[in-house]
Order: sequence, then structure tokens, then C-alpha cells
Amino acid sequence: MVGEVLTQTHFVDLGIIQILYLIFVGFVGGLVSGFIGSGGAFVLTPSMMSMGVPGLVAVASNMCHKFPKALVGAIKRARFGQVDVKLGLIMGASAEAGVMVGAHIQEYIKRMWGDAGSSLYVSFAFVIVLSIVGTYVLLDAFKTKNVNGGGEEFEKPDNRIIRFIHSLRIPGTMVYFPSIGKEISILVTIPLGFATGMLAATIAVGGFIGVPSMIYILGAPALKASATELVIAFVMGAGGSFKYAWSGFVDIRLAMFILLGSLFGVQLGAIGTTYVKDYMIKIVMGTIMLIVLASRGLMIPVYLHQLNVWVHLTPEMIKWLKGLSFAVNFTALLVGCFIVLGALIKGIKEERAYLRKEALRIAEEKALERF
Amino acid sequence: MERVLVKKRPYKKFFVFGILSTTLYYLLITHQELVKELCSKGKWYALFPIITAFVFSFVHGNFTDAFWSVLGIEPKKKRKEVK
Repeated sequence: MVGEVLTQTHFVDLGIIQILYLIFVGFVGGLVSGFIGSGGAFVLTPSMMSMGVPGLVAVASNMCHKFPKALVGAIKRARFGQVDVKLGLIMGASAEAGVMVGAHIQEYIKRMWGDAGSSLYVSFAFVIVLSIVGTYVLLDAFKTKNVNGGGEEFEKPDNRIIRFIHSLRIPGTMVYFPSIGKEISILVTIPLGFATGMLAATIAVGGFIGVPSMIYILGAPALKASATELVIAFVMGAGGSFKYAWSGFVDIRLAMFILLGSLFGVQLGAIGTTYVKDYMIKIVMGTIMLIVLASRGLMIPVYLHQLNVWVHLTPEMIKWLKGLSFAVNFTALLVGCFIVLGALIKGIKEERAYLRKEALRIAEEKALERF
Repeated sequence: MERVLVKKRPYKKFFVFGILSTTLYYLLITHQELVKELCSKGKWYALFPIITAFVFSFVHGNFTDAFWSVLGIEPKKKRKEVK
């Protein structure tokens, strides 16, 4: 059994510095994830790996901290009216199947090529997915901003794929989704959910497929897509975490210290979404994706060297690449933190100014009534 | 009137869950070896990290929720008028 192969040595020792680092990373990851709805694990997995945690343990622990948090986020955003529960549950069920397949692949790679193989696989998947999704999301964000100033009423992209999916009629498979306002065949949502789950089991971030596919293929508004992703993340995260925990890969200490920071962040990030325009969420998402991509890309030669494939590096070069990758990753955390907090502070200031003005207006009206 | 604009802050929830959350994290830090052992066993011991995750999320989630409300950071209220 895979679980028997794993020993406690795979779980790193945590001192006070490591714990504080995990809490900080968790806070920023949570902030970003509450804001864009895609787990934020794309900063958490690499950050854990940069502490020396093997790829598979990082993914498994991340998933375990994420699914109860996704539940908290989903409930919170459901109160803001942003969650499409039906779409979330249907996509979540097929994502669950994807998670099971993805987890099997992960465990196989770990068994065959050890920690370096596992970390290479996770990093490679990050680079491929981030380069495609990050570029597309960023380009679309600027397009949306330039076309209509980012107004929430007109943000829905209407491309040829969406029109085709909306016109598709397969009897017996059509389901009405409130967030989209149209009937869509579940034969379309099943592969999207499956791919979301596969990716979640690979890099602990299914949202990279889940959110963009809901926006650009199903035609859901970005705010609702990111909120609905939390339902999917909860459903598939619960199953995936159990699967990994069954094999002994979940280090609950890592998961809970990340959670300590990230629950502060996720609540603040979710509040932040109510203050910003839709295109802002896409800009944050795209920017962070591309920075994390650079960070993971820098580590690929190191893992190839460890596996003795193609690349041979000197110890200095390995040290240098590791340091640079860590620094770039840290930059991604800070950039995410500044953009979200900046948007939130600006929004709250405007809101308070508005409330003060309203209070003054009401007081004036009352005073006039008295005369 | 001003009465409408001032919301009661959840101090009780903040303190109760704050104390509970601190206790849970204290136990986690002081019992790291036991936690590591239980996590690496696998099989039905998988329930340990899953249940732990739920308990921590519930307690700490309630605490952080109250935390931001106590600080006065709330979601923007929906208004009908459009700029």
C-alpha cells in the first residue's frame, strides 16, 4: 500500500518560524481565494513546497484545509446572492470522479519516482495551466474594462462557444441554471467538472478550470462563477481529502496553520468582492497566476536534476534557483495582498462617505419636516 | 435616523470562539508528534484529519467571522440606484 511506504519523515518539523510563515501564507492565500473564488491554493501549494514539503503532501494537506474553508466561503457568498447551488452540486459530483482519477495518478507517480517526481509533476502541471489560463483571463479583463468600463451589467462575455453551448439541445439532459439564466445540457458540464477535479487532485486548484469554464464556456457572470466554484471545491475537496488521508498523505498540522491565517483572509476577500467591479477580480487572478507560473517554472530544472534527467546543475545554481523561485512566489503573495486590500480599503472609504452623506440627508429632511 | 446605520457588533461570539480557537491551536502545537503519527497511519485514521479540519473550520470560522464584524468591516449593502 502507498500509505505503508510513507513514513513520518515525509512530514516536516514545524518550529515557530515555519508556523508563522504558514499563517502568513494562509492569510494571503485566503484573501486571494475569497476574492477570486479559486481556492488560492495556487499560492499555497508552491509556498508549502518551498518549505521542503513534498509535492504530494502539499497538495493533499492543501486540499484538506480548503474544503471546510470553501464551505465557509460558499455560505458567506450565498448570503450575498452570488452562489448557484444547483450548478455547484452538479459540477461538484463530476469533479469528484475527476479527483479520484487524478489522485491515483499522483500516488502512482510518487511510488515510481519519489518526491522529486511528484514535485516535478505538480510544478509542470502548474506551468502549463497557469500560462494558458493566466494569459486568457488577463487579456479578457482588459478587454472587458476597455469595452464598457467594467460595468457589472454588461460584463458577461458572449463568444461563439457560449452561443453554441446555449443553443445546444440534448433531450433528457437539459438543466436550468439560475446563474446563467438558460438551460444547459449536463453533458457539457460533466467533462468540465471532471477536468476541474483532475486538476484539483494534481495541483489542489480546480478553480483554474472551474471558474474560467463557467465564465467562458457556460456563460455565467464572473462573480457568480467564482462563488459557485466554492461549492464545487467543497464537494470535491471533501472526497479528495479523504482519499489522500486514507493513504496517510495529509499533514493536518500544515493544513490547520494555513487555515488559521486563511480564514481571516477568506472572509475579508469575500467582503472585498462586494466592493469591486467584475473585471478587477479577473485582473487579480491573471496577474497572480503569471507570477506563480514564473516561480514554478524556475524550479523545474531543479527537479529534473534531482531525477537525473536532461539537466545537471551545480549546487550553487540549485541554491540560487530555489531562492529566486521562493522570492518570486513571495512577490505573488504580496501583489495579491496589495491589490485585494487596496480595492477593499478604497471601497469601504467610498461606502462610508456615502453613508455619512445619507445620514446627513436624512437628518436634514427630518429637520425640515419639523418646521 | 442614525439608529438604522449602527449595527450591533458580535462581541460574545468573538470572545467565545476566540477562546475556543486559541485552545484548539494550543493543543495542536503542543501535541505535534501525536498528530503526525495519527495522520501518517492512513486507512480509517483518515477520519482524524477530516474531523479535525471540520472542527477547526467551524470554531475558527466563527471566530474570524465575528472578528471582522467587531472591527466594523462589513460587506457593501446592495442599493437600487445606478450611477
